[in-house]
Order: sequence, then structure tokens, then C-alpha cells
Amino acid sequence: MSRLGPALGTLLVTVVLVTALISLVWTPFDVEQLNIGNKLQSPDATHWLGTDHFGRDILSMLMVGARLSLAVAMVAVGIGVGLGVPLGLLAAASPGSLVDEFVMRLNDLVFAFPALVIAILITAIHGPGAINAIIAIGIFNVPVFARLTRGAALSLWTREFVMAARVAGKGAARISVEHILPNLANLLIVQATIQFSLGILAEAGLSYVGLGAQPPLPSWGRMLAESQTLISISPHVAVFPGLAIVVTVLGLNLLGDSLRDRLDPRLSHER
Amino acid sequence: MSFRRHTLFWALLAAGVSSAFAARTDVTIGMVLEPPNLDPTGGAAAAIDEVVYANVFEGLTRFGPDGSVLPGLAESWTVSDDGMTYTFALHSGVAFHDGEAFTADDVAFSLDRARADDSTNAQKALFANIDTVEVIDDTTVNIHLLEPSGNLPFNLAWGDAVMVDAASADSLATAPVGTGPFRFERWVQGDRVEIVRNDNYWGEPVALEKASFRFISEPTAAFSAMMAGDVDAFPNFPAPENIPQFEADPRFNAIVGSTEGETILAMNNASPPLDNVLVRRAIAHAIDRSAIIDGAMFGFGTPIGTHFAPHHPDYVDLTEDSAFDPEAAKALLEEAGVEELTLSLKLPPPSYARRGGEIIASQLREVGINTDIENLEWAQWLEQVFKGKDFDLTIVSHTEPMDIGIYARPDYYFQYDNPVFQAIIEKLATETDAADRSTLLNAAQEMIAGDQVNAYLFQLAKTGVASVGLTGLWANSPTQANDLTGVSWEE
Repeated sequence: MSRLGPALGTLLVTVVLVTALISLVWTPFDVEQLNIGNKLQSPDATHWLGTDHFGRDILSMLMVGARLSLAVAMVAVGIGVGLGVPLGLLAAASPGSLVDEFVMRLNDLVFAFPALVIAILITAIHGPGAINAIIAIGIFNVPVFARLTRGAALSLWTREFVMAARVAGKGAARISVEHILPNLANLLIVQATIQFSLGILAEAGLSYVGLGAQPPLPSWGRMLAESQTLISISPHVAVFPGLAIVVTVLGLNLLGDSLRDRLDPRLSHER
Repeated sequence: MSFRRHTLFWALLAAGVSSAFAARTDVTIGMVLEPPNLDPTGGAAAAIDEVVYANVFEGLTRFGPDGSVLPGLAESWTVSDDGMTYTFALHSGVAFHDGEAFTADDVAFSLDRARADDSTNAQKALFANIDTVEVIDDTTVNIHLLEPSGNLPFNLAWGDAVMVDAASADSLATAPVGTGPFRFERWVQGDRVEIVRNDNYWGEPVALEKASFRFISEPTAAFSAMMAGDVDAFPNFPAPENIPQFEADPRFNAIVGSTEGETILAMNNASPPLDNVLVRRAIAHAIDRSAIIDGAMFGFGTPIGTHFAPHHPDYVDLTEDSAFDPEAAKALLEEAGVEELTLSLKLPPPSYARRGGEIIASQLREVGINTDIENLEWAQWLEQVFKGKDFDLTIVSHTEPMDIGIYARPDYYFQYDNPVFQAIIEKLATETDAADRSTLLNAAQEMIAGDQVNAYLFQLAKTGVASVGLTGLWANSPTQANDLTGVSWEE
């Protein structure tokens, strides 16, 4: 296995993370300050990545946008883990039971809708905004984690150490938390990384169609949408937000792959 | 080099073929919005008129490219000395597309239908002053008014006042039947409307044999469609930033003109603290119009200081009264005792609104007013803002000609209720003397600017583009129309 992938993945994700963190305290320019007279400047020494159609510094907007993208994806994955894992554990604890059936069919139901459709539904009801985008992306993460957890937990339930715990008189809830969950952690971390990159893409997609964060909050997807008609005049306005999305998603995917190689017990024989 | 020879051969062949044919007689016109139906007498959407006005339907009078009122189905008209009765002499030998003859009876039917209680006409005010429509003979009709008025020929030129036939009136929405030089061919929903030449037209025959209106709402797709030659002209091109590119391209002509679209930051006059004129003035002073025209419209547009078109002779330039002055804005807010103000700013899809809204939000922030921007689709905007009046601020372009009268409607979405203003508009409706009309119009403009009902931004420019060789398209938009009667391809 090449060492380049993991290294590159870590590097890209670190760069994005650090950029987002820096933007909390400092950006080269104020992203809410418009300067129409300075619009569509090509990249130069002052504006490293140029300015957009309102004369805002694109680098500053990308930095703040990174924060938003990461925050949305992070909370959305958090919702997925927080709801999906307990549901999966619950279902696996009594396979074939009514609870199991109910949880899994509910999952199928949510799973059957494409993520973006759920997102559009939610934003149509509650109005567009970053919070609703988070909820929408979070909801479609739930079945992913619930299924993963249930599937892996089912096989763990047949293992000897779980048998031992049962013989020792532990209840299903305790076994799930004390024995099953720790053995799922690696799997969940890998999945979370992958879902994280999907979350970034979903957030970009939602704000591209105008259902994500609302102006003046900069977001990568909306930057892309707004620069669409400007591509032939000032390509840099569209290229840099596009690159930011590509770099982040690529980094997370590389990182996710290498984490899987390392952590996923199902792949351990390949090492 | 057989390849070269072949290329030359094909080039010569192509040249021979193209010169052997006469000029093209078909045209494809791009439009941003698809009309919800095709009945101009039953809907408010501008897109309806942009397809059918002057092409499929005609009225007694019509607007010319410069906004003047020209004879339409009426050859001529006279006014009685007391100004109470108009006598219209109609063209004879006019037939609807379904073969029915057009007579004075149809005039009575059309006007009575438009002003009936159950009529869904979007501009019923145009007909409010009509008392009765009296048929004298087949080609003569008298219209009796309630009050003397000089406005009738202007009112009848609107798309909402076109002539329809009793036999087809109920199905106009999907199968429009008019008297115009083109007849409706088909409507491919979501894609295009096609019209073809009416060979039995009563007037001057048109040069085009066929015209299609294609609906492309996405600015990028519109740009590609123009560039690929899928559409021949886009009279209201949605992305002004692309106009310089078309100008630089030898295949295209940019057609930049004026519209009747007063673009305003509308304020909910009934919702505190916007019911306070000081706050509204503060908002107006906080806005830098030139930054909005430059930033949102890439320089296309004329600043306005009241709800009136600058190219109209009675326009009063009041932009200085609400000039960009953030310090004055702050002082006014202080005087009004307003602190920590957060207003909703609901924006419909056009770029003047979306981009203009971001610029205005930034300018308002400079004087201490925060805004919650919400981007809405047109249907949501109509529901929430226009009908529901659930907004603080919104940006919209009022594209109807001479529409200052909307300020006399207290239930109109910005909810301006001023009896003095309403009296002016009432007087204006019956005033026939040109000089007195001017005075009244000036007073009306000054009053709404003084009360700062809305913040007046700019007159929307018509930024159009057409393929080289296509002539006769309107440069300006005195009404919502794509009049194709004078359009042709140069040989």
C-alpha cells in the first residue's frame, strides 16, 4: 500500500482545518465588507485569490466558508452517529424482534429518499438556512450508521466474549455499551470520515441551489452558484471555491481510505 | 492534400447554398420565465404579454416602441367635447384566427368581460372609468365614461385590454385566439411556445413565418444557448455581466435600452418601526445607488428618486433628496429612537434583487441596521410578500408603465395609506389638461419621495442581445412585450 495517500490526505485535511480555525480569529479582509469599485480583481499580492463580483476577498471568503462547511458536516455526522449508533445497537440486541423490524424499516424509509430530496423537503418546510441544512444532512446520516452498527453488532453478538458476558449475567444494554460498542469504534471512525466528506459535498450542493447558509455568510456552494455567469469573464471567481471543495473532499476520502486500511478489522488480513 | 481540397469544396458548397436561399423567416426568442397561461386578459404575469402582445392579440390601441399610443384595431377615435364619450372607428374586414369576424360587438364583449365582477383581469383599474360600451354599427363603437378622462386610449393599449372573441374567450389560457399577425401554433410546456404567420391578417403582413419563444431561466444556460445559436435573440438577458462579452463578439449585437421597471427597496409601511418616516428616510440615506447599479447590474440602470420612469417627460429627479449619506442615516435613526434594528429582507430570484440585496444589507449594516436575508422563489415571494405582506424589506422591479397609482392602494403590499395622495391620483384619473396632469404627476412623485414610502433604487435597464442580422426588435420596453411585427432578417 502506497504511503502517499495517507500522507496527502492528512496534509489536505490539516490545511483545511487550520484554515478554518485561523478564520475564527483572523481573515485577510472582512468578508462582510463590500467594495464594489474593487470587483473581479485577478489574484495579486493584496488579494491572493482575487476578489469576487462585490469586491470581497476570495481567500477570506473561502476561509470563513471552510469553517461553515466543516461545522455543518461535523454536526451532521454527529447527528448520524448520535442517533444511528444507539438505534443500530438496539436493533442488534434483539434481532428479528418487533423493535428491530421497526427500526430497520424506518431506516429503509429514510434511506430510500436521496439525501438531497430530504434536504429540500426540510428546507421547504422550515426555510433555508445553515441550521436546516445541518438537520437535513444529519438525518440522512442516521440510517447509514444504524445499518453499519446493526450489521457489525450482530456478528459480535455471536462471539465468545459476548457469550461470556451473558453468562456472567450482564444485560443486553450493558453488553451493547461495554462490549459491542468499543469493538465497533474503528468501523465507526472510518465511516464517519467518509460521511464527513459526503456532508461537505451535500452542504455545498444545498447552498449551491440556495438552500444552505444564507448571505452574507459565505459558503462554498453559493460562491460557485454566484460565480457561474462570471466564469467566462473572471474564471478565478469560480475556480477557487471549486478547488476548495475538491481539496477538502479529496483529503477526507484519502484519509478515510487510509484509516480503513489501518483500522477496519474486516480488512486486517490485508495488512 | 486531399483533406485541404475537400475542405475548400465544402466551404464553397456551403457558401453557394447560403447565398442561394433568401433571408431566414423564422426566429427563436429567449425568455427567462415561462408564462403560466397565455391569456393576457386573465393573468398578471409579464411573460404572458411577452409572448402574445401585438403578436397574437391586439387591442383597439397599442403601444409603439417608444411608448406612444398608436391605433390598433381602431383606425381612429374622437372625443366628445365634454370628454365623456370616445367614439372608435374600427378597421373593417378583421377576423379572429378561428375565422370569426371582429366587429364592434366584440369590443363590447371584451371590455364588459374585462371589467365584470367575476373577471380575473389583473388591471381592472384600467377599465374602472368606463360606464357603458355602446355598439353603433359593425365598425363604430362609443365608450361612455363615468368621469371625463384623457387616459382611455392609453389604458386600452395595455395587454390586459386586448380584444377577444366570445366563442374562444374561455379557452384563451391554453389556446389563445386573437386578431394579430401571428396565430398560436403550439405550447410545449416547460420548453417553448410557437407562433406562425397569420396569412389572413388584416394589416401589413409580417416578414417572419414562424417564431418560437424558448424559456431558459438559468443565466448560464441562457448564455450557452445564445453562444450556440439555439436562440437568435434574448431581449431581456438575465445576466447583465455577460453583455460586454456579447458586444465584443462580432456575431451579436447588444441591445441596451430602458424599461418601465422602477426597481425599489420596498418597505412594509404598516410594520413598526418602518411605519416611522424617519426610519424609512434613514434606510434611503444609507443606500448608495451607484454601488448597487455597478455591483448588481454591472453598470446598467439609471438612479431614480421616486417611483417614476426617468425617460418620461414629467419625471422629477429627486435622487438628491435621498442621496447616499450614512451620517444622516445614523442621525435619523437616533432621532427616531431606534437602536438594534433587525429587519427581514426577502429577495425574489432576479439578480437585481439577489445581488442588490446583499449590497443593501452591507450598506445598512454600516449604519447599524441588521438584515435577515431570505432568498425566495417567485411563487413564495408572491405568497409571503405580495399577498401575505409578511416582510420588512424586499427588492422588486415594478415593470408596468405609469404605475404610480399603486401608491393609492392602501392594501397594496407595501401598505402606504395616505388620503392626500389618493386624492391626487383620483384627480389625475379625470384630468384631461396636459399641463394640469403634469402638475399632478409632479406632486405625486414628490409626495411619495417625501414620505419615503420605499427606497427608490434605479430604473431597470433592458439588457438584450440579438444575432447580427436580426432587425426590428424593440430597444426599449415601454410595455411588457416582444413585438415581432417589425422583426426580420437582413439578406
